[in-house]
Amino acid sequence: MRPVSEKGAKEKATMDAVAQLQRQLVDYTASLFHEGYLDDQFNQLRQLQDESNPDFVVEVVTLYFEDSERLLNELTKALQQQSIDFKKVDAQVHQFKGSSSSIGAQRVQKVCIAFRNCCEEQNIEGCNIFLQQVKHEYTLVKSKLETLFKLDQQILAARVDPGSHVIRFLQA
Amino acid sequence: MSISCRFFIFNERLPSSFKLRKAKEPLHGPNCARKWRRKLLLLWLLVAAMVGSLLFFLSFDGRNLMGIEKSAGSCEEKAQILLRHFNVSMQQLHALASLFSESDKMQPLKCTKEPEADMALVDGIACALMFLCSAKLEFPKQHRWIPEYVKPIDQCPTPDENPLKKLDLPLLENKALLSVPQSTISSASQWHQNSEKNILETRAFKDCGKDQCETFPCCLIKYCCWVLVGMIVSCKISGFRLSLWNIRKQLAHLWPVTQHRQLQPVAQQGQALLQQKQQQQVEGPNGAGKWMMKVLVIFVLLGITGSIWLFYHLNEQILLKRVETLANMCDERARMLQDQFNVSMNHVNALAVFVSTFHHRKHPSAIDQKTFGEYTERTDFERPLTSGVAYALKVPHSEREEFEKRHGWTIKKMETEDQTLVQDCIPENLDPAPIQDEYAPVIFSQETVSHIISIDMMSGKEDRENILRARASGKGVLTSPFKLLKSNHLGVVLTFAIYNTELPQDAKPEERIDATVGYLGASYDVPSLVEKLLHQLASNQKIVVNVYDTTNASAPIIMYGTDNVTNTGLLHISSLDFGDPMRKHEMHCRFKDKSPLPWTAINSSAVGVIITLLLGIIFFLPITRIAKVENEYREMMELKARAEAADVAKSQFLATVSHEIRTPMNGVLGMVQMLMNTKLDENQLDYAQTAHASGKELILLINEVLDLAKIESGKLELEDVSFDLRAVLDNVLSQSSSNSNDKGLELAVYVSNQVPDVVIGDPGRLRQIVTNLVGNSIKFTNDRGHIFVSVHLADEVKGTFDIRDEVLKQGLNSVQELSNKTYNTLSGIPVVNRWESWENFKELTGTDAMEEAEMIRLLVTVEDTGVGIPLDAQSRIFTPFMQADSSTSRTYGGTGIGLSISKRLVHLMHGEIGFVSQPGIGSTFSFTVSLRKGKSSSLDTRWQQFYPAVSEFRGLRALVIDNRSIRAEVTRYHLQRLGISVDITFSMKLACSFLSCSTSGMDNLAMILIDKDSWDKESDPKIHHFLREHRQNGGLGVKIFLLATSISPTERNELKSAGFVDSVLMKPLRLSVIRACLQECLGNGKKRQIKRKKPSTLGNLLKEKRILVVDDNLVNRRVAEGALKKYGAIVTCVESGRAALAMLRPPHNFDACFMDLQMPEMDGFEATRQIRNTERKVNEKLASGEASKEMFNNVPHWHTPILAMTADVIQASNEECMKCGMDDYVSKPFDEEQLYSAAARFFESG
Repeated sequence: MRPVSEKGAKEKATMDAVAQLQRQLVDYTASLFHEGYLDDQFNQLRQLQDESNPDFVVEVVTLYFEDSERLLNELTKALQQQSIDFKKVDAQVHQFKGSSSSIGAQRVQKVCIAFRNCCEEQNIEGCNIFLQQVKHEYTLVKSKLETLFKLDQQILAARVDPGSHVIRFLQA
Repeated sequence: MSISCRFFIFNERLPSSFKLRKAKEPLHGPNCARKWRRKLLLLWLLVAAMVGSLLFFLSFDGRNLMGIEKSAGSCEEKAQILLRHFNVSMQQLHALASLFSESDKMQPLKCTKEPEADMALVDGIACALMFLCSAKLEFPKQHRWIPEYVKPIDQCPTPDENPLKKLDLPLLENKALLSVPQSTISSASQWHQNSEKNILETRAFKDCGKDQCETFPCCLIKYCCWVLVGMIVSCKISGFRLSLWNIRKQLAHLWPVTQHRQLQPVAQQGQALLQQKQQQQVEGPNGAGKWMMKVLVIFVLLGITGSIWLFYHLNEQILLKRVETLANMCDERARMLQDQFNVSMNHVNALAVFVSTFHHRKHPSAIDQKTFGEYTERTDFERPLTSGVAYALKVPHSEREEFEKRHGWTIKKMETEDQTLVQDCIPENLDPAPIQDEYAPVIFSQETVSHIISIDMMSGKEDRENILRARASGKGVLTSPFKLLKSNHLGVVLTFAIYNTELPQDAKPEERIDATVGYLGASYDVPSLVEKLLHQLASNQKIVVNVYDTTNASAPIIMYGTDNVTNTGLLHISSLDFGDPMRKHEMHCRFKDKSPLPWTAINSSAVGVIITLLLGIIFFLPITRIAKVENEYREMMELKARAEAADVAKSQFLATVSHEIRTPMNGVLGMVQMLMNTKLDENQLDYAQTAHASGKELILLINEVLDLAKIESGKLELEDVSFDLRAVLDNVLSQSSSNSNDKGLELAVYVSNQVPDVVIGDPGRLRQIVTNLVGNSIKFTNDRGHIFVSVHLADEVKGTFDIRDEVLKQGLNSVQELSNKTYNTLSGIPVVNRWESWENFKELTGTDAMEEAEMIRLLVTVEDTGVGIPLDAQSRIFTPFMQADSSTSRTYGGTGIGLSISKRLVHLMHGEIGFVSQPGIGSTFSFTVSLRKGKSSSLDTRWQQFYPAVSEFRGLRALVIDNRSIRAEVTRYHLQRLGISVDITFSMKLACSFLSCSTSGMDNLAMILIDKDSWDKESDPKIHHFLREHRQNGGLGVKIFLLATSISPTERNELKSAGFVDSVLMKPLRLSVIRACLQECLGNGKKRQIKRKKPSTLGNLLKEKRILVVDDNLVNRRVAEGALKKYGAIVTCVESGRAALAMLRPPHNFDACFMDLQMPEMDGFEATRQIRNTERKVNEKLASGEASKEMFNNVPHWHTPILAMTADVIQASNEECMKCGMDDYVSKPFDEEQLYSAAARFFESG
């Protein structure tokens, strides 16, 4: 009995922990949506993840981070130059906007739209301000997403069956 | 001339304007061109007006003005002179006669010699008298003409004087005078001739004058006429131009360039340039207005200057005329005075001769004081100007005493040296003359001056000088003016010396002095002389005449007139020659009054100024008006631009808003979809589904609003592609089928076999219209009845008598009630007469609407059995956002925008839309569209992919059992599309007899299709039995299908298991559905395809498809890849358009390509364009056999579906996508539904 109960208790504890973590995750995700960091696209992204493609979201988001950092660096460099090639800046911001909207980083995307308008006006000061804003938003969303993934990892670690957590999460 | 002038100006201006101008918006062009031409016109008018007025005023020469007056005046004067001359000569004759009579009397006493001579003289005189008489007779005759007598004034005196001389000479020289009368008469006749000539000349002159008189007003009228004509012509031209302009403006919207070519072929280039220039001017219309104003001001100034100049010119002419007149009058007076004086002088001379003859040559003297006095008294009239004559003898001092003794009186001297003070002269009171060398006592004197007898003329200073000069020169000499004795008038004394011998002309003064025997003096009373003269002359009131003796130039002595003459400005001086070279006399003439105001000049210039000002006003008003209108026009243009900008802003706003709405809506929909996937109870699921459906509706609505906005702004461009109309309609049906099935409505489509398989047009928009109408019909039809879409050629319904199409034929009498209480309609429920719905179409009623053979006009009707449209609402049914009434939207929902869009779309397709509706029965909407006929082969491959060859069913036969003929026709139509020939029977019974009777009916019969309405197994078991038997016995492959709108699964299973039917065909009938069903039942080994006909998901659609994703954004690429992979596609990713180009070069094995639009280097449009190019080349090669199919994977035709991935839904990229050869577009990030619908078009039937 005891071992059984022990096992049961352990399981229960695990379940509790998982449930707690899951609640946390849900809450956190909800807050991200609520605060507008993410939008529906992120959900769609997560829908795309399934057994055949278990790390899809992380993979894409990591790609996004890499790409974004590269773009931000280039943007910073471009805007420091004497004669600013606004076309290039605009193209880069467009890229950034596209990838942000693809992962659902809504706030970054919005700032990008404003940034592009600014580019069209060739407003250097505005561009610099927006660059800072974009960087700020990006850092925010990055940290949020990293936290989210960390939570995910924790749940994954805590769960016996690591494969199903995403689906469950999605269905929750 | 004016035209060429205009062109000249035009050309001249071109280069300068050319420099200035830059390309401007073509919109402003026409207006400017008009303005420019208007300016030219204005300029031309001004110039014409100025030239006209100049011509007018130049020809308006003052010369004509006074000619007539003058000629009249001079005529009168000359007539008077003539008259006077005549009178004078007449009087002279009288005087001679009297003298003669006197001498006649004396003759017996003193002068008895030379009787013959006297007789001759008498004869001569008689002749002369006779002549006189005849002249008198003739005179009145002449007198009539004399007032018109102008020219011959110089000739006239000549004949006048002739007889006088001729008379004088013989008389005095005692010659034979026989010839005299002859010559006199001859001269008289000569005169007569002259007169006649003169008359003729005068007449001619009169005519001339008349001509001149007529010419002046004539010219005035002519000029006025020309000015009027000019104005009218200009008005007409401008009017014409205006209308022309209007037309042009209308046309210019369509073909601005051609229009210019048509209207101004010559000045085309100039026109274009001009237009540009004017476009520039539109920006500164004030400048143009100022320009015109400047021209106007210059014109007015020029006009006023011209008027002033005219005034001065005329005034000057008038003055000149005045001076001339004065000179003429003055000269005339002077000459007349001179003439008269000379005449008088001649008489005095004659008197001198008389005295010398009768006093000195005769001894004793024939003259004594008495005779002299009498003679002079009687001949006084001959010397009207003399106050008296006297004869003084030359008496040397040695002879004084003797002389005094002889005469019995002493020689007296004039009382004082200063003669001017003499008032009263009594010779007795005078002192004897002092002793001098010689004396000149007066011995004879006229009665009037008898007081001077015995006075020594040598004692008067003036007289003495006079006498001395007279005897030295042998001519008459004059004194300077002095006061005459007694009369106290200012006068001159004329003195002639009398010689005792005949002296030669060139005798020396000494000889003359020696020969002198006496002096004859005559005193002239100058004032009366002049007075008399002036009285005889016309217009003597006008001028003041002064006569001066200017012998002493520094101190002229006034002889006549007052000294204190008011200076009236003009003065004319004529010199007088009284025959004494020592004395100089002048006549000064002045006008009495100052010159009157030159009214002619004032009037003319005033008229000029008025005309100028009037013209100025005439042009000023339009110019200001034009400027105002132009300003207003500019404002309007500004407002228009603003309105258009606002409109653009509106559509942009709509686009943005729709985008912005779309994003949250996606969120909502996604969430709801996710929500539906969770475990929900039924209520919750229902709510979620409703929310989802509403969201979809909302998006649809937004799209509709966008459509409307697009159409309104004219941005909607119709596609022009080949498509299969029937497939499009099937598509509509399949979309609407779920709705109609839910409501239990029967939905059917029928296309007349006259309609070609492939047409060219915009399938999407056509589908939209039909979908709209069908959707509307479904919405307003409740639970019973049908919706029937039928398509015919418009030509088919033109005549009601020659209708081959079964459906149309039955439609004609569909409203007639059949015996079994049902109607011959699709569902048996009565419908409105659809023929009425296109009654008002113009193209249908008009018979001449035959266009090119390529064009076809489709008539599409959508008939329903709905609630119908209330009569009062029918008029506003096509107005956007207007539904039949507000309750409608509450009951049925919707915004009512669909019909409005449909109407506009129909209009875009050059068609008409109409409807007929009856509340409670239903409505029928009809519309026509113009499409072009297409060739089947030209159909795009993707459509071929939809419906692959239908040859598998070709040649089969089918039997349709349906109690409603229209429905049977619809079924037949669908089956015929598959190549199946169809027989129709209207009941099971008939079918049985048909099957049993005709053996041929059984041949090749592959299927029997029975409508569910005709299927009634309880009532007709025999037939079922028969059929079953039949099937078991002989019917090898005869399959039985049941056609049903709705059927419950249990019923279906029951039927199937009972073996009655092989399959159930669900209505609405569509080609794909029928084919799938037939394939399932008839075909062998075709299950694979049938499987695909099941409601497929994305997973089914995309499974195993090789898809190329082109996106430069790594993240996007990954996401797209993930999304597509999820549905089982095999995804390859490339990151640039160039890479995609390489991947998609045939042969390749991609099934589709998803392409991002915005990529660096080569964007999606360009990549697609190039891919299509490559494919076309390959296809051409394949078609021409250059390349074998094997080289290209056995694919006969290469067309890789390319779908654009775009983040912006509204972007005009949709059209652009289609333009560059893309097949469709999906929005990024992927929406599952959209992805499905897009993918379905390419893979559903593939």
